[in-house]
Amino acid sequence: MSGMRGLSVFISDIRNCQNKEAERLRVDKELGNIRTCFKNDKGLTPYKKKKYVWKMLYIHMLGYDVDFGHMEAVSLISAPKYPEKQVGYIVTSCLLNENHDFLRLAINAVRNDIIGRNETYQCLALTLVGNIGGREFAESLAPDVQKLLISSSCRPLVRKKAALCLLRLFRKNPDVVNADGWADRMAQLLDERDLGVLTSSMSLLVSLVSNDYEGYSSCLPKCVKILERLARNQDVPQEYTYYGIPSPWLQVKTMRALQYFPTIEDPSTRRSLFEVLQRILMGTDVVKNADNQRKVYAMKFIDAFFLFAHLLGIVNNYICTCIYIYKERDILLPCHLIQYFSHVSLDLLYGMCDVSNAKGIVEELLQYLSTAEFSMREELSLKAAILAEKFAPDLSWYVDVILQLIDNAGDFVSDDIWFRVVQFVTNNEDLQPYAASKVREYMDKIAIHETMVKVSAYILGEYGHLLARRPGCSARELFGILHEKLPTVSSPTIPLLLSTYAKLLMHAQPPDIELQKQIWNVFKKYESSIDVEIQQRAVEYFELSKKGAALMDVLAEMPKFPERQSSLIKKVEDVEDTADQSAIKLRAQQLPSNALVLADPQPVNGTPPPLKVPSISGIKLDHESASQTQSQPNGDLSKVQSQIPSADLLGEMVDPLAIEAPPVDMGSHQRVYREEDGIPDEVDGTAIVPIGDQANKVEPIGNITERFNALCLKDSGVLYEDPYIQIGVKAEWRGHHGRLVLFLGNKVTSPLTSVQALILPPAHLKLELSLVPDTIPPRAQVQCPLEVMNIRPSRDVAVLDFSYKFGTSMVSAKLRLPAVLNKFLQPLQLTSEEFFPQWRSLSGPPLKLQEVVRGVRPLSLSEMENLFNSFRVTICPGLDPNPNNLVASTTFYSENTRPMLCLARIETDPADRTQLRLTVASGDSTLTFELKEFIKEQLIAIPMGSRALVPAVPVPAAPLAQPPSPAVDANDPGAMLAGLL
Amino acid sequence: NTVAHIQNNVPASTLNLSQFNQDQVNQLIQQLQQHIRFILLQNRQGKTRLAKYYVPLEESEKHKVEYEVHRLVVNRDSKFTNFVEFRTHKVIYRRYAGLFFSLCVDITDNELAYLECIHLFVEILDHFFSNVCELDLVFNFHKVYLILDEFILAGELQETSKRAIIERMSELEKLE
Repeated sequence: MSGMRGLSVFISDIRNCQNKEAERLRVDKELGNIRTCFKNDKGLTPYKKKKYVWKMLYIHMLGYDVDFGHMEAVSLISAPKYPEKQVGYIVTSCLLNENHDFLRLAINAVRNDIIGRNETYQCLALTLVGNIGGREFAESLAPDVQKLLISSSCRPLVRKKAALCLLRLFRKNPDVVNADGWADRMAQLLDERDLGVLTSSMSLLVSLVSNDYEGYSSCLPKCVKILERLARNQDVPQEYTYYGIPSPWLQVKTMRALQYFPTIEDPSTRRSLFEVLQRILMGTDVVKNADNQRKVYAMKFIDAFFLFAHLLGIVNNYICTCIYIYKERDILLPCHLIQYFSHVSLDLLYGMCDVSNAKGIVEELLQYLSTAEFSMREELSLKAAILAEKFAPDLSWYVDVILQLIDNAGDFVSDDIWFRVVQFVTNNEDLQPYAASKVREYMDKIAIHETMVKVSAYILGEYGHLLARRPGCSARELFGILHEKLPTVSSPTIPLLLSTYAKLLMHAQPPDIELQKQIWNVFKKYESSIDVEIQQRAVEYFELSKKGAALMDVLAEMPKFPERQSSLIKKVEDVEDTADQSAIKLRAQQLPSNALVLADPQPVNGTPPPLKVPSISGIKLDHESASQTQSQPNGDLSKVQSQIPSADLLGEMVDPLAIEAPPVDMGSHQRVYREEDGIPDEVDGTAIVPIGDQANKVEPIGNITERFNALCLKDSGVLYEDPYIQIGVKAEWRGHHGRLVLFLGNKVTSPLTSVQALILPPAHLKLELSLVPDTIPPRAQVQCPLEVMNIRPSRDVAVLDFSYKFGTSMVSAKLRLPAVLNKFLQPLQLTSEEFFPQWRSLSGPPLKLQEVVRGVRPLSLSEMENLFNSFRVTICPGLDPNPNNLVASTTFYSENTRPMLCLARIETDPADRTQLRLTVASGDSTLTFELKEFIKEQLIAIPMGSRALVPAVPVPAAPLAQPPSPAVDANDPGAMLAGLL
Repeated sequence: NTVAHIQNNVPASTLNLSQFNQDQVNQLIQQLQQHIRFILLQNRQGKTRLAKYYVPLEESEKHKVEYEVHRLVVNRDSKFTNFVEFRTHKVIYRRYAGLFFSLCVDITDNELAYLECIHLFVEILDHFFSNVCELDLVFNFHKVYLILDEFILAGELQETSKRAIIERMSELEKLE
């Protein structure tokens, strides 16, 4: 090729062209020349032909259309000598693509080269086919290529090309490789020592397993071996290390291949894979400060994380990207990726937050909050709040964040968030003046959110006097600025403000007669309020404030909130699990402090409890003592009922989707019921309280039922928590298979021993729990994957019998696992053409069941749509001509049924939202019934699912309005009314 | 008539997979396999020094792609990432002196792996031409194609050992 002077001259000519026009002229002249030569090609020497073909390629590269001479290029492929052949192959693969007819002419020549003995020709031919081979090539050449790939007499050079060539053919025509038999060959290929062949073979494998992972399961352990070999740098030639890292590309590819396998059965393979991944993720092979190496490491990191996430059951590219960003900040900027925030990545971001990046992440979340979808804002704000608390570099920053959060997104800040900040302020004296001055600043704003008013009122009431010397912070001024807000707030906030006034009055030093007059006027005004709570406070504060010194005692500063656990960190951990729980915990924490304050019987309701209007905690307290003293059922019941308004009072924090459990202390209800009815523990599936509850000193934190309910609708969260252990769950569902990972986290600094986890599976589920270690080391987390297979439709629930020993006390709990019916549904949206024929073909029972459901929790249509979508029954909008009706569809997966189409129709009555008619249809009668019952449960009580184990718990006279009451199902109004309509 | 159209490849993120049955989904996944769609080597003026397509494109479409990719990368601020969305794919590019090396890959692909891939390719060229410059690539464009064919095949990385490729090249030169 060195002698191609003509080509060099031509290139120089082109380079010397002054402008585009001159270049075009030169190119046209050359093309004319070539065309003429090709026309009378009889006299064309192979050398000339070769030269012209190269020129054609060059001209093509310059951006000119070359619409002739393809034939000549192709004909060079069958030239007898290497130089011509090479040009033919290269130019053909650049100028033509798989759709060109000319290419067909070459198939025979190419095949001859492939099956021929000349290794160089084989390479050329394989390269051409690998780059532009189409379906026809696949059909005629695949077996030959396969032979080369596994041939023992071929050099690695040929085999690596054959592997990629086969990959191309496989992509064009997946039939060319059939898994039976070939899988073993593939596995053998992976034993290869040559890393070039391995790299190519791995690409091929990725493609094959993406199509059929089961067929290639024998390759799985080999992949892990390869990864181990590379990660440990065993037997890797120097030429294959790139900036000190053994073939990072092969590592990435291998991890990609592994991602296609849904599970790894063999425990030892699994263990070694985790070890390798850990090695990669921890970056033990990276020398600090080696920039290039760090980048190479980063590229592995993504895929390693990907795979790790996959093994743990989370698959989302963006998560990894997010993670990676925070790990390697200086390479990528997160802003454009933040837009891709999904709930999943939010969870993960949340999960990966640590002291070093917390500030960044929290600020990112706060910023994102203002642009996020509405449905996500509450979750976002909650997570921001929790992270701020957990990783706050100092508490004043935490206060700043929460106040900013309330200010930016008050509507989405649930009460427990501000309760929490109040608790912190109360418990940290240093923080009190800061917090007071901070809220004072916010009070200057023209419009502030009601939650901000609440926080400010509380903090200023308690600690406002600490600011007394600052300008604008005298008691009178504080009163003035707070009282301005009073007309704008709703009635639950007014009692709080009244308490604040009483406190301001008390703290006013020297006593301020003018202020007293103003405040007494307010008290007098509210003495006749229609709201009992407000009225009572107004009257009592008024009377108390006349008593002078006595007022000081009654309105003394709130005592510190007892820290349930010794260190602050642990306390923070309790809040780790989310919204629905922390309110309850918080209340539980308040109880003792209330008790102290309430010791004086007189001002029971008059004294403002720290965070709540007194009626709630009053009842809570009674309730608690009632269940302790086993008082009469009647008394309990009335208290249960009287709690309903308290739920309403707190109703503000029910999120838009109403998925989260309403903040009713279910735990104590259930205990009450049990005592009344004498139902033994084992039958009580509703609560799944730890067995031996009475004797058990270890109380679960949060409400287990609510945790379970929340997990029924989402795929990750906390299943159980007590002071020593937290059990988290992450789940992934695919068809009728599921994969749950239990995260057993030891929260304390001593080991938990005799850990046992037994699964009590219902008949319709096949469950396999991997080995649970006997001991969980201090502050360690153990992961136990659990494979689930759904055999047939049923609403029964699997139970995890979990126990461990802490010190000498044995703790055990029976926990329902969120492997419920809706997890085996896959959303499916149908058009009317698809829906109606199916709907009509399923006529009447048992395949189509209809029922009128009464006592439905009133929901607007859009809320109902959200609810349905949340349990993966997809609403198909616009199918039903009546706007009050919803039509939905989904697919159900189980081993017995094929993927089964399910259809549903909900006819609502705009005049009465508590009743509706539900019709469910599917090709399987059990499925229809179970799905109908399931949907009914969802509609009657949100959240659902608590009654599956106890279909017949007879609970007398439970009020219908009480959302999660087990009684509703027993009444089953639909069944009775079905005949009437 | 975009790349996506011709290849029938659509990134997963834009698809609502729920509208397909399992077979269709598998088929889609099959199509979504990651590999390099094309490799371009362009100078700042937009002159193509190397263009290799692993997907079937028509002539006119190739020229259009080259024009668009050049415009996309040449004006991009160096403080931005080396990854930029291109139609339904993404382009990973890296600049060496006045030359832009661009790879077009799937949205879901590992950007960094390809970024390093470019660097390795440049190292190989540098080794082969000893201190490579644009002129080497212009006058020896046919060699560059040969090297590329030893490095990448079927849109996949074939060989990551510099030595193996350089040795192979000298083997081939002896044959000419």
